[in-house]
Amino acid sequence: MATVTLKKISKSYGDLEIVHGIDLDVKDDEFVVLLGPSGCGKSTTLRMVAGLEDITGGELKIGDRVVNDVAPKDRQIAMVFQNYALYPHMTVAQNMAFGLKLQRMPKTEIQQKVDEVSKILQLGPLLDRRPADLSGGQRQRVAMGRAMVRTPEVFLFDEPLSNLDAKLRTHMRLEIQRLHRQLKTTTLYVTHDQIEAMTLADRIVIMRDGYIEQIGSPKEVFDHPNNIFVATFIGSPAMNLIPMKTKNGMDGLTLESDSIQFPLPEKEGHQVQANMDVLVGIRPTDMNLAHKDDGIAPQWKFDAKVEVTELLGAEALLDLRIGGQEIMGQVEGKDMPELDANIQITFNTEALHIFDKASEKAIY
Amino acid sequence: MSSFSADTPHSSSVMGRIFIYGILLIVAGYFLLPLLVMVFTSVKSMEEIRTGSLISIPTSITFDAWSKAWSSACTGVECSGLSGYFWNSVWLVTPTVSISTFLGALNGYVLTKWNFKGADVFFSMLLIGCFIPFQVILLPMARTLGFLGLAGTTTGLIMVHIIYGLAFTTLFFRNFYVSIPNELVRAAQIDGAGFFMIFWKIMLPLSIPIIVVSVIWQFTQIWNDFLFGVVFSAGESQPITVALNNLVNTSTGVKEYNVDMAAAIIAALPTLFVYVVAGKYFVRGLTAGAVKG
Repeated sequence: MATVTLKKISKSYGDLEIVHGIDLDVKDDEFVVLLGPSGCGKSTTLRMVAGLEDITGGELKIGDRVVNDVAPKDRQIAMVFQNYALYPHMTVAQNMAFGLKLQRMPKTEIQQKVDEVSKILQLGPLLDRRPADLSGGQRQRVAMGRAMVRTPEVFLFDEPLSNLDAKLRTHMRLEIQRLHRQLKTTTLYVTHDQIEAMTLADRIVIMRDGYIEQIGSPKEVFDHPNNIFVATFIGSPAMNLIPMKTKNGMDGLTLESDSIQFPLPEKEGHQVQANMDVLVGIRPTDMNLAHKDDGIAPQWKFDAKVEVTELLGAEALLDLRIGGQEIMGQVEGKDMPELDANIQITFNTEALHIFDKASEKAIY
Repeated sequence: MSSFSADTPHSSSVMGRIFIYGILLIVAGYFLLPLLVMVFTSVKSMEEIRTGSLISIPTSITFDAWSKAWSSACTGVECSGLSGYFWNSVWLVTPTVSISTFLGALNGYVLTKWNFKGADVFFSMLLIGCFIPFQVILLPMARTLGFLGLAGTTTGLIMVHIIYGLAFTTLFFRNFYVSIPNELVRAAQIDGAGFFMIFWKIMLPLSIPIIVVSVIWQFTQIWNDFLFGVVFSAGESQPITVALNNLVNTSTGVKEYNVDMAAAIIAALPTLFVYVVAGKYFVRGLTAGAVKG
């Protein structure tokens, strides 16, 4: 097994730089997910690690070896592609054996490896079939099998589940999780799907426009987003952002907008100062319906009008209007208020996020 | 009422069928008629041709004209039929078709999977090659062949056909390979396959439909070519089209229509054969392309 180290890795096509000197340390056995919208450079980064794209600048290490100029086959990596990229004219067994044959591995050994992997992935009955005769999920498993027979130091996944339907995707996600626990191979996984990232990753790397916006465990990036981009990209439904101003109140700072105001709850080490333009972030899941006798101080209760309701089953999404401000809230399905009802809501003050409007960075 | 409305679409579709097949039969007959006349004439004796009408069915069948066309008809001063020239054409077509198809595949592979700087410009220039008429390149090519010392040789003619065909074969393969996902090549790279290994083991096995298209196209083009043949080859090494022309134009008094017709059919048979054998792949190869995988 191996570590993967990216030091100031950059990629340019002509004058156009699309990955801007990113740093990343992937630990041994770690499952790291590169997450970002399309065009953020995550796939390019992965392909540079694979050796399918030249590295314009910086240093890439797999283990202790600098591999910038090492051919893909000699990097001890295996890759699973979004469209599976199975060789259509070969059977499943031949697909898996192709790489081993090129390594001039003895036939009996190849046979042994293929059998071993096909047992883990339950590919036994499919070995003589061709990719065209397989379902999407089966193809995906064969693609993983082809990667696994190489017993690589690092697995690279490029959006492996995005061609599958929703149900199969959930299933394969669990499968990948199980395999990772079993094989303990360092894994770099590219996706634009935050649920995949949250469920699979030991650490998530969130990228935008060729920069890394934040690196952290799923919990860290969800609870403590560094900036507005991460805050709105992670979490569904997306975080509410309310433009407000900070003022000096009687006992400390207050946050004010035309429609809402409340005191800034004390917290250690924050950088909020008076007279700042800020964006206040509250996740819909951190909002609650207020009741008369819930013991919450009136300054934390806000009058809201229910404009749209969406019952999803266990939960319900509410489009609320508080003064001039539109806010998305999420409540339990059984508590869903009537349309056009006037309600009071409150929110979890510990889950409050504040971002500087100019720099878009978290300051609270 | 219900039976009426159920019947109407059925009977009208039968009428439609009859109409369609009727038209098809007429058109097919129209196109087949010249061939029929040729076949009929080729198995008639000169006596019968002189007395009968052009499209009358032969009263007795004789293959004398065929054997004369094949082995003893005069093409100019030489009187040994088409057989020698037929094999000339075979020896001309075999290397030209295989080499130009192979190089076209290699070109298409490089143009789509190993993108290099200027690939688009290169491809556009190649495309222009498809639109250059035969006549335009006669003089420059003659100069080139002379310079290379290949003027009037079979090797020279082979070279001309390969070069002229490359534009087409490259276009075929390039367009076919565009639809093969690049990830296939990337996956093979990670598996440890190099440039030619990927070409042999991955690309070529997937290319059967387009190889068939390229072979049919090149075969017909080169087998039927007259102009390059008459300009760039001489005497013994001429292809069958040139010999056919000479045979038809060489007459000693009587014009032997039956021999002419038999000779023309002999010259056309190989292309016909290729179409019959590989025709369905031809259509499939032109329309298909997407390799689901």
